Amino acid sequence: MFSFDLLLDAVVIGVLLGCFYGAVSLGLSVSFGLLDVPHVAHPAFLVLASYAVYFLNEHYAVDPLVAGLLITPVFFLLGLVAYRLYYETFEKRGSDAAVRGIAFFFGVAFIIEVLIILQFGVDQRSVTADYIGRAWRLGDIRIPYRLLVAFAVATALTVLLTLYLSRTFMGRAIRAVAQDQEALRLMGANPIKIKQWAFGIATAVLGIAGALLIIVAPVDPTLDRAYIGRTFCVVVMAGLGSMGGTLVAAIILGVAETIVLTMFGASWAPAISFAMLLGVLAVRPQGLFGRRS
Amino acid sequence: MTRNSIAFWTGSTVFLVAVFVMTQVVGNQYPFFAGYVILQFIALAVAWSILGGYAGYVNFGTSAFFGVGVYAAVFLVKAFGAPLPLQILAGAAIGALMGFALGLLTLRMQGIFFSIATIALTIIIETTITNWRYVGGAAGIQIQRPAVTAPFDNYVQMLFFVQALLVVLAVAISRYIQNSWIGRGLQALRDDELAAECTGVPTLRLKLLACVISGALMCAVGAPAAMYLQYADPASAFNLNYSVTTLAMSLIGGTAHWSGPIIGAILLGTTQQLLTVTISSEVNVLVLGLMLVLFVVGAPEGIIGLIRKLRGDRKEGEV
Repeated sequence: MFSFDLLLDAVVIGVLLGCFYGAVSLGLSVSFGLLDVPHVAHPAFLVLASYAVYFLNEHYAVDPLVAGLLITPVFFLLGLVAYRLYYETFEKRGSDAAVRGIAFFFGVAFIIEVLIILQFGVDQRSVTADYIGRAWRLGDIRIPYRLLVAFAVATALTVLLTLYLSRTFMGRAIRAVAQDQEALRLMGANPIKIKQWAFGIATAVLGIAGALLIIVAPVDPTLDRAYIGRTFCVVVMAGLGSMGGTLVAAIILGVAETIVLTMFGASWAPAISFAMLLGVLAVRPQGLFGRRS
Repeated sequence: MTRNSIAFWTGSTVFLVAVFVMTQVVGNQYPFFAGYVILQFIALAVAWSILGGYAGYVNFGTSAFFGVGVYAAVFLVKAFGAPLPLQILAGAAIGALMGFALGLLTLRMQGIFFSIATIALTIIIETTITNWRYVGGAAGIQIQRPAVTAPFDNYVQMLFFVQALLVVLAVAISRYIQNSWIGRGLQALRDDELAAECTGVPTLRLKLLACVISGALMCAVGAPAAMYLQYADPASAFNLNYSVTTLAMSLIGGTAHWSGPIIGAILLGTTQQLLTVTISSEVNVLVLGLMLVLFVVGAPEGIIGLIRKLRGDRKEGEV
């Protein structure tokens, strides 16, 4: 049953899958990792983006990746509005913002789920493009092109976001607000505006991530529940707010999932991300590349 | 006994007698089917707020406890043909153990990390049950109801009465906790855990106690559901909807008083039953989401908070 080829196959696919998990977790790495917003509706926004891509692809034959780019401005605005709402109703009032915030975002996730069901039904949806359904043969390993696309886009996204956060003025401001909000206020900057901008960026990234989600596999309206575990696992394991760490953690998760899938079967797969998440929380709460002690 | 207690126990007795008379008089089966679900959610919401409300640890694992209760009953029925009271007791015992484990988790995790950990536990347990062939695996399992015992002439009517008993038990425990030193200690650690610990509140013992009681009740409530549905499968027994519905009911009602979750559960539970029958189960989830968002944003203290505010305003007006 066990063979070296199988293991190698699992590792290669796992690394590619992991990069894809990294791409869908980047937004959460900013919103939860840097801004401390308990954004459990992140995967619901992700699935929403997938359906937007599906809509553009189905009706106007737009390439999924282009469609993903097209919806990023809309998602940016959506992010601005969502953060404003969250700030006005929770952060401003102070007391147990995180606890009520998580209930709030669960409500939002349920609303998005049902709206998608009412509009598109409960069936699985997928997109069409040249690179979907074909594979690249590398020796004995068969690598689907869609995973390669996901891999390339995920790497590019991570690099771009890392550069944005370290090289641009706004990016540095975002990291500053994550470190000490009060100091920013004393220097005359408005931390709320910066956080709102950052949340907009985090949500805009979901446009492209949503395109990847529907490229990699068909989506259904309740898929977000599986991704709560994966995205939070990746972000917590990475150590809140580290972009490079997010990619590494995502690859670890991807490899772990494919190995378990190959050796024990698909029915155990949903538990992997949550088990790793629980393990990290219990043993090393600051994550692998944590910014806090 | 204080006057309040006498009023409470009289009310509970009247409620149980009314439920019993209803099972003897009403011939139509539907009220029992719908009423059972509402009673089940009242008990879940009351049990949830012992930990989530008084202690402020937001548990998203209601469905884990509920599902384990369901599968404890399924296992006992399949292996030994155990009777209903034994199923409920076993459920409570397992729930207490799970609650103890959850209480130990609070040592390392607070706030949102605790909440995420409870979601994680739910999925891990669900996956384990899915891979356990003996109780049906992913496909689920059919369960035969045994013959009903007198004085009931229908099994659902009996389950309805049993669930009413569990509601009274849960409410009585929750009320006792709120009025005793346990409740005051839990509130102290909710407001500031470090300060509470420093002033001599045994925070760990209190948290463990709250987790064990809350967990045992939630599992006990889940046990009769196997017999109610005559069927169990992991995807529905561990559905995240149980967690979010229970949480929504407690928050909508208000967690500051033991009656809050009851009010919330009756309000939301009845609305959902009406919607499921008249429109569809999707709209029912939509209403759940909308009400949760509206109340968390508009009335953070729930209906109890609104009532207190109204009373407070009136008092100021009188002065």
